Amino acid sequence: MLLSLSTTVQPATDLGYLLVKHPDRAHEVELPFGTARVFYPQADESRCTAVLMLDIDPVGLVRGRGDGEGSLSQYVNDRPYVASSFLSVALKRVFGTAMAGTSKGRQEVADAPIPLEAEIPVLRCRGGEELLRNWFEPLGYAVDVERLPLDTRFLEWGESYYVRLRLSGNVRLRDLLTHLYVLLPAIDGDKHYYVGNDEIDKLLEKGGTWLSAHPQREAIVGRYLRRHKPLVRAALARLLDDEEDEIEAQEVRKEAVEEAIERPLSLNEQRMNAVVDVLRDLGARRVVDLGCGEGRLLGLLLKDRQFEHLLGIDVSLRSLDYAAQRLHFDRMPPMQRERITLAHGALTYRDRRIEGFDAACAIEVIEHMDLPRLPAFERALFGFAKPPSVVITTPNSEYNVRFPALSAGKFRHPDHRFEWTRAEFHAWADGVAERNGYVVRYAPVGVDDPEVGPPTQMAIFTRDAA
Amino acid sequence: MTIRIPQLSLVALIGPSGSGKSTFARKHFLASEVISSDACRALVADDENDQSATSDAFDVLYYIARKRLAAGRLTVVDATNVRPEDRKRLVELAREYHVLPSAIVFDLPERVCQDRNLSRPDRDFGPHVIRNQQQTMRKGLRGLEREGFRNFTVLKSVEDVEAATIERTKVWNDRREEHGPFDLIGDVHGCRDELVTLLERLGYGIGGTREAPQVTAPEGRKAVFVGDLVDRGPDSPGVLRLVMHMVGNGTAMCVPGNHDVKLQRKLAGRDVRVTHGLAETLEQLQAEPEEFKREAAKFIDALVSHYVLDDGKLVVAHAGLKQELQGRTSGRVREFALYGETTGETDEFGLPVRYDWARDYRGPAMVVYGHTPVPEAEWVNRTICIDTGCVFGGKLTALRYPEKELVSVAAAREYYAPIKPLIPAEDAMTAQAREATLLDLEDVSGKRVIETRVFRTVTIREENSIAALEVMSRFAIDPRWLVYLPPTMAPPETAKDGDLLERPQEAMAFFRQEGVASLVCEEKHMGSRAVIVLCRDAATAQRRLGIGDDGRGVLYTRTGRRFFNDRDLENALLDRLDLAMEHAGLWDELQSDWIVLDTELMPWSAKAQELLREQYAPTGAAATSALSAAGEWLAAAAARGIDVQGWQAQNASRHADATRFVDAYRHYCWSVNNLNDLKIAPFHVLASEGLMGLARDHRWHLDVAGRLAATDAALFRQTRHLYVDLADEASVAAAVQWWETLTAEGGEGMVIKPVEGLARGKRGLLQPAIKCRGREYLRIIYGPEYTEPQNLERLRQRGLRAKQSLAIREFALGIEGLQRFVDREPLYRVHECVFGVLALESEPVDVRL
Repeated sequence: MLLSLSTTVQPATDLGYLLVKHPDRAHEVELPFGTARVFYPQADESRCTAVLMLDIDPVGLVRGRGDGEGSLSQYVNDRPYVASSFLSVALKRVFGTAMAGTSKGRQEVADAPIPLEAEIPVLRCRGGEELLRNWFEPLGYAVDVERLPLDTRFLEWGESYYVRLRLSGNVRLRDLLTHLYVLLPAIDGDKHYYVGNDEIDKLLEKGGTWLSAHPQREAIVGRYLRRHKPLVRAALARLLDDEEDEIEAQEVRKEAVEEAIERPLSLNEQRMNAVVDVLRDLGARRVVDLGCGEGRLLGLLLKDRQFEHLLGIDVSLRSLDYAAQRLHFDRMPPMQRERITLAHGALTYRDRRIEGFDAACAIEVIEHMDLPRLPAFERALFGFAKPPSVVITTPNSEYNVRFPALSAGKFRHPDHRFEWTRAEFHAWADGVAERNGYVVRYAPVGVDDPEVGPPTQMAIFTRDAA
Repeated sequence: MTIRIPQLSLVALIGPSGSGKSTFARKHFLASEVISSDACRALVADDENDQSATSDAFDVLYYIARKRLAAGRLTVVDATNVRPEDRKRLVELAREYHVLPSAIVFDLPERVCQDRNLSRPDRDFGPHVIRNQQQTMRKGLRGLEREGFRNFTVLKSVEDVEAATIERTKVWNDRREEHGPFDLIGDVHGCRDELVTLLERLGYGIGGTREAPQVTAPEGRKAVFVGDLVDRGPDSPGVLRLVMHMVGNGTAMCVPGNHDVKLQRKLAGRDVRVTHGLAETLEQLQAEPEEFKREAAKFIDALVSHYVLDDGKLVVAHAGLKQELQGRTSGRVREFALYGETTGETDEFGLPVRYDWARDYRGPAMVVYGHTPVPEAEWVNRTICIDTGCVFGGKLTALRYPEKELVSVAAAREYYAPIKPLIPAEDAMTAQAREATLLDLEDVSGKRVIETRVFRTVTIREENSIAALEVMSRFAIDPRWLVYLPPTMAPPETAKDGDLLERPQEAMAFFRQEGVASLVCEEKHMGSRAVIVLCRDAATAQRRLGIGDDGRGVLYTRTGRRFFNDRDLENALLDRLDLAMEHAGLWDELQSDWIVLDTELMPWSAKAQELLREQYAPTGAAATSALSAAGEWLAAAAARGIDVQGWQAQNASRHADATRFVDAYRHYCWSVNNLNDLKIAPFHVLASEGLMGLARDHRWHLDVAGRLAATDAALFRQTRHLYVDLADEASVAAAVQWWETLTAEGGEGMVIKPVEGLARGKRGLLQPAIKCRGREYLRIIYGPEYTEPQNLERLRQRGLRAKQSLAIREFALGIEGLQRFVDREPLYRVHECVFGVLALESEPVDVRL
C-alpha cells in the first residue's frame, strides 16, 4: 500500500515534473478499490521523495455484502497493508505518464538514467532475500532488504515473510516504474483480480524488452501469472518469439531430466506398472481401485482389455473430477466409457458398491489413514467386500535414508499418518490375512536395496480357497 | 358376497375386456392402489388401446407394483390376466415381496362384455377378441390354486359383482394391537425347572401340577416364547404342557422354533432324522398319552412363524427377521424366521456359517430372537438374541419389554454338550465393537432426513454430506469416540447504533420476548473447543464405547479431530481429569464410569498455531509496519507545510486499530511448555451413564465445573458467571456492566443462556445460547479496522437468519445423538447425528458470525 520514489538528480524537484504531481501539494486519485494519495515528505534541490499511499477499503474488498462463503482469511488479511497487485494498478493509474516515459517539460530527464531510489516498507516475499537479489540486481539495482519481525512477543513463531525493500540505481524513471509494476505483484504472488489471457498482454506490454533478457524470466512469468501452466507457456512463447510447441518440447525435456533426478516420480510409474503386472497375472477382470486419486492406475488398466470393468473410489470429489478430466471421459468412446466408473466414497465405511470385484487395489493409501482406523478399513474390504485378490502398497520407511532430500524422521508426504518398516507392514498384513482367510505374499517395488529394501513395499493377498 | 383380501396383498383382477374390472376396482379400492394396464399403455404411448405398447406398458406396471409392494402397500393389478403366463408373473412378484397373491375372477356371460365394448367407441376390436379371452380364462380357472392363488373369488353374474363387498383381513402375524408389557423368553429346550424359576422371578404364579399346570400372569403382562421349547433338555413334554396351557389361557404367546417344527413333523409321521436332541424328546414323550402328543402336534402346527407386536415396534421370531420380511407372509419368511439364513459356507466345526443379518439390520422395529446360543444377550443394532444356552449349561434369559431389562436363571447343569464351545475366543470383539467397525456408507451418504426429539426433522443435503464424508474419513477420530459435536452459536441481533456490533442488551431482550425468566451469563473463554470423553479405564472404553485398544479417553476438536497428537500429553490430561473427578466425588455422584465433557482449552495458541502464524500475526505485522512508515512520511510532509493533516489523523487512527488488533490476539496466546501451561474450562457435562446432560439446567453444569476447578485449579479454570432475573432491571444492568468489564479487560465476551437447559419459546425450541463478543475481540473476526465508523455502519448490515437456523439445527442434532448414545442405541444411529452436525457446518454461512 505504500511506496516512495526518490531522486538526487539536480534539481531533484524535477521528479514532480516527471510524475506530473506538484511536490507542494497533496494529491488524491479515486480508484475502484480505494484511494491513491501522493505527497512529498521531502522536496528540495538536493533530494526529492514522492510517496504513493494507497488506502484500500478493507470492507469493500470483500465482494458483495460478505454474507456468503469463504474463510476468515477473506476478512482478516494483509492485503490493505502490503505492496501487491493493487499497488501496480495504482502505479499505472497515478504515474501513467511517467511510466510511458513522456514528459512535457522535462523529456530529457525522462529519457536519461538518473539516480533513483525506491522504498517499499512492506512487501510479502516468500522467496526471501535471494529472490529479490536475483530479480532486481540483473536490472541494475543495488538491493537492500530488511526482514520484518512477525511478532516480537512470540519469537518462537519464527520470522515473517515481510521485508522492507530498498532499491537504488542509475536508471530511467520509466524503467523503474515498469520493473516495479511487473515485479511487485509477482513477488507478492497474489492477484486481486482474475488471471486471464489479457494478463499476458499486460505482461508483454510492460516487460517485453527487458523481461526476455532477464535470466529469471521463467520464474517471473510463472509467478506473475500465478503458475497457471497454459498461460505461462503461451506467455513465454510470445515473449521469446517462439512456437508454443517448441516450449512444450522444452518442458517435456526438462521433465524427463527431472524424472531422472527425482526418484519419487519414476518410482510412481514403477509402482503403477508393478500393480498392473500383478493384476494381469492374477487374471482379474473386474478391478476396484480404492483411493484412485487422479486415476493414474485406472488409466493404465484401461489400456488393457483384460480389465473389463474398473471402479475408482476416492474420498476427494476434487480428485475424482480431475481423474474424469485426465481420463478424458467427455471424449471417450462409449465402449471404453462403459468399462470405467468413478464414485465418491470413504474406505472406513462399508460400501456395497465395491462388492463383486475380482481384485481390489489400495495403492499408497493406507498410510493416509490414522492407525486406529485401519481395522475399519480391514473389515470393510477383507471382511465384507472380500474380493478374491487385494493388492496393497505402502512406503517402506527403512528406505527413507536413501532419499537425500528427506530429513531423518520425516515422512515422505505431509499427510502420511505413518510409514512402516517391512517388518511392521508384514506384521499387519499377515494379521489381516490370518483373520480374514487370505494368504499373502510380498513383492518389492523399485530397486530392492540389499540393506534397507525397496522404496515401496507391496502385499498381494489372495483369498484362501480352502 | 364378502371377498376377504389380506391387508397386504397383490390382487389380480381376472376377466376379459368389458367384464367390469375397472369399474369394480374404482368402487372398492383407492385409485392409487389400482394399476391398470390401460393406464400404463396411455403413459407410454398416449393411447390406452395401443396394443403395440403392451410390452412397455407392462414394464411400467410391474415397476410400480414393485415399488408399492416393497413399501408394504396393497396393490391391485387391473389387466385381463386371462393367460396363466400373465398370472405367473404376478405370483412371482408377490413371492418376491413376500405378500399373498389374491385373485378376483370376473366370469360374466359373454354377452355382457360384448355389449359393454360396443358402447365404447375406442374399443373397435372384433367380438372374437372377447370370446378368445373368455375361453382362455375359463380353461385356466381350475388351475388357479395350483398357480399360487390360494385366495380367489369367482364372480359369475352382474348381480354377483354388484353385491360383492371387500373385507381386508389382517395377516396372522399382525398383532400390532398387543401392547404388552411382555416378558420375552429365550430357547427353553426342555429345561422346565429353569423355566418355572424364571417365570416365578418375573412374577408369574405357577400352580397346579406338571400335567395340569395353572399359570397366572402379573397384572397386564404376557410371556412371549421365542421358540425351541423342546429337544436336548430333561423335560420337553413338561415345557410343552406349561406353554400350551399359558397360550391357551392368554398368559403367553409363542412362535415356533426349528426344533418344535421338526418334532411336529415327526409326530405327524414324516420322515425326519432323529438328531440334535430329538431322540431325548421322543423318549420322554413315550411316557405321555397319545392324546397329548396329538395336541402338542396340533399346537405347534398352529403357531405363526413370527409376530409383529405393539404397533409394529416389536418383532419376535425364533431366528430373527430382516426388515423386509417383517409382517410378510411367504415360505421364505417362514424359513428365515425358523432357521435364519446361511452364507453357504461351513465353519471349522462343520456347522453352516450363519448370515449375520443383525449386523446389517437398520429397521425401526426391535427384533427379539433366539436360535443361536450366545454367552450373553447383547444388543446389536436394534436386535437382541436371548438364547443364552440354558440347555448347554448357560442360563435361561428373559427380556422385559418395554423396560429392556434382562432377567436370567442359571442352568442347574449342562444337559447337553454343545458342538461348538459357548464361550467365544478371548480376542473376539464384543458385539458393540464388532458392530462399530461396520458403519455403512449408506448410513451417512446422500440426502438425509433425521428426526430429532427436541426439535423437528433436520435435513442434510447431499452436497453437505459429501463434504462431511471427506472431513470425517480423513481427519476425524474413530466414530466410536465421536459421540457429539458441538453446535455453532448465534450472536445477538446487531446493535442499531453506537460503537459496538454486539451487546448483551439485544440478547437479553430476545430471551425476554420469548418468555424466558432467568438467564445465566457465562464468561466466554477464548481458546479452542475441546470435547473430552473419559472412561475410568480402558476396559470401560471397550465395554461402553466398543473401543479396542485406544486408551481410556480422548480430547477432540469441534470438527472431530484428535486435539493432541502427543499421546503422552493427552493421557496425562485425562489422568488429571480422572483424579479431579474422583476427588470431587463426581464419579460416585453420577453413578457412572464414563463422562463426556464440553470444554474450552486454552491458550488459543495451543491449537491455533497455524492460524496465528499464517494469518493473524502477519496481518498485524504488515499493518503496524506499513502504517507506522506512512505516519513518518506524512509527518515529514506536514512539517513541510503540506496539507495532509486529515490523512495524518486517519492514518494515526488506523495505526491505533492495528496495534489494538495485535493486542487482541496476543491476549489469547501464551507459550506452552508443559501440561501446567494449559487451562481447561469445562462448562457442560454432556453425558454420563443414563444421563443426557444437556437436558439439565446450567446451575448444575456450573456447579460440577466449579467443583472440578476447585479440585485442580492448576489445570481447570472456573467459568465466571452471573445469574440474571429478567424482571429485575438492576439485575439486567449488572449483567451489562459485567460484560463491559470483562471485555474491557480483553475478554472475548459472554455467552447468555436460559438457566434451564432446553428452553422453549413462542415458536418452539429456543437458541440454547447467544454469544456477545467484545469490541476488541471482534477485530480478530472483522479485521483490525472494523471499528472505523464508515466500516462499522456497513458491517451492521449483517444477516443472522442463516446462522440462527444453523445453530438450532445443530443443537437439536447434537442432543439427539447424545440421547441415542446414552440410550445405548446402535452406533450408526449416533454417528448419523454427529455426521449431520459436521455436514451442516459445511453450509454456506457468514463465517464472521
